[in-house]
Amino acid sequence: MISYLPRYIFNFFFLMLVQVLVLNNIQFSGFVNPYLYVLFIITLPFETPGWLLLLLAFASGFSIDVFSNTMGMHASATVFMAFIRPYILRAFAPRDDYQPGTLPTMSFYGTGWFLRYALILVFAHHLVLFYVEVFSVTHFFSTLWRVFASVGFTMILIFISQLFSRGKNRGR
Amino acid sequence: MRSFIRFILKNHFVILFVIIELVSLLLVVNYNSYQRSVFMSSSNNVSGGLYDSYSNGAEYLMLRQVNRELAQENAYLRSRLPESFKASRDYFNLVFDSLSQQEYIYRAAKVINNSSNKRFNYITLNKGRNHGLEAEMGVISSRGVVGIVKNISDNYSTVISILNTRLKVSAKLKSSGYFGALEWDGSNYQYAYLNEIPRHANVKVGDLIVTSGYSSIFPGDILIGHVDEVNLNEGESFFEIKVKLSVDFKNLTYVEVIGHPLKQEQLNLENETEND
Repeated sequence: MISYLPRYIFNFFFLMLVQVLVLNNIQFSGFVNPYLYVLFIITLPFETPGWLLLLLAFASGFSIDVFSNTMGMHASATVFMAFIRPYILRAFAPRDDYQPGTLPTMSFYGTGWFLRYALILVFAHHLVLFYVEVFSVTHFFSTLWRVFASVGFTMILIFISQLFSRGKNRGR
Repeated sequence: MRSFIRFILKNHFVILFVIIELVSLLLVVNYNSYQRSVFMSSSNNVSGGLYDSYSNGAEYLMLRQVNRELAQENAYLRSRLPESFKASRDYFNLVFDSLSQQEYIYRAAKVINNSSNKRFNYITLNKGRNHGLEAEMGVISSRGVVGIVKNISDNYSTVISILNTRLKVSAKLKSSGYFGALEWDGSNYQYAYLNEIPRHANVKVGDLIVTSGYSSIFPGDILIGHVDEVNLNEGESFFEIKVKLSVDFKNLTYVEVIGHPLKQEQLNLENETEND
């Protein structure tokens, strides 16, 4: 467990930097924003205790908030995502449960499983994030459209990044 | 206490989630000006809506008093109308003294007893001699003529309503000015009959019927109703006009009693002329 620590610390800072320096500057047609940093929460080990999961989610969301001047919005969305993660994992568990020593990544459980699992969490995150940002139900459908578009974009980025980490894992 | 701690430990994940989520949302509301303004304005909506519905309820409880005040104000305003003053179109008055010219005075009164289902219907008002009312004063409501004060005590008065076969009111057609006597036939409380309109008058359904102003009781041009049906029988020289009364006698709360300070003078003069 403790051996994961350097890897996740690196993950955390790498994803934060990519998010703040690159992805936050991308805005397709004004409303499509990819939020890759949620990958950090998605790929945390299965054994991560609940309280740590929530605190890490708050920390990562809060960091993004500090850099993008959206105090609390990313934090609330990421914490919500972390909250539903254990339930999603339980629902998606394979027949013989998760093997010890594995991580919830594409390289261990396959493309189909990972994309379905990530899609639900990303969708939950984006849903909360965009509706907290709009903070009203008057633009309900335009916000929903933004959610779907951004979810699609984020999922593409997550898929690409998983391809890279797959190569890294094989190399080990 | 122990079970409480056990409960918290058991559900620490959910409780922690709720706490952190609330902290995040608190941050959202406190540090983002847009969300803060929305939040503040919607909470203002809540409190404002509460105050609004409270005042609506309180207003309803105050309706009695508000109605009374409005009726009084109406009476006052009516007594300031040009029709309430002795017509000054006929002559010039160098010193304008409104008191000496006041022809009609309106006093608000409340209906405390009323009927519309008998042949001789009377209305009781909550004001009498002490409030300046006298017998033979006209009574109107905001919608039209109601009747004439008949008997009077110190604090109460009874009114012969139009719905009384013993009462005749001098009425005229507003458009053409032909006048006749309005009578109730004792059947339907919504309709009365206007007689003595000559057959050469032009009467149409919908024409307004108003007081003639010839009777020293009512000022002229106070609404009574409108023509509902016109009949002209063969060989008769008068129309038979059915009038839909404008006053709803089933629903009468506040009325105005019309005082006519110069009435006695007018009557004396008329008597003198007739006795000659």
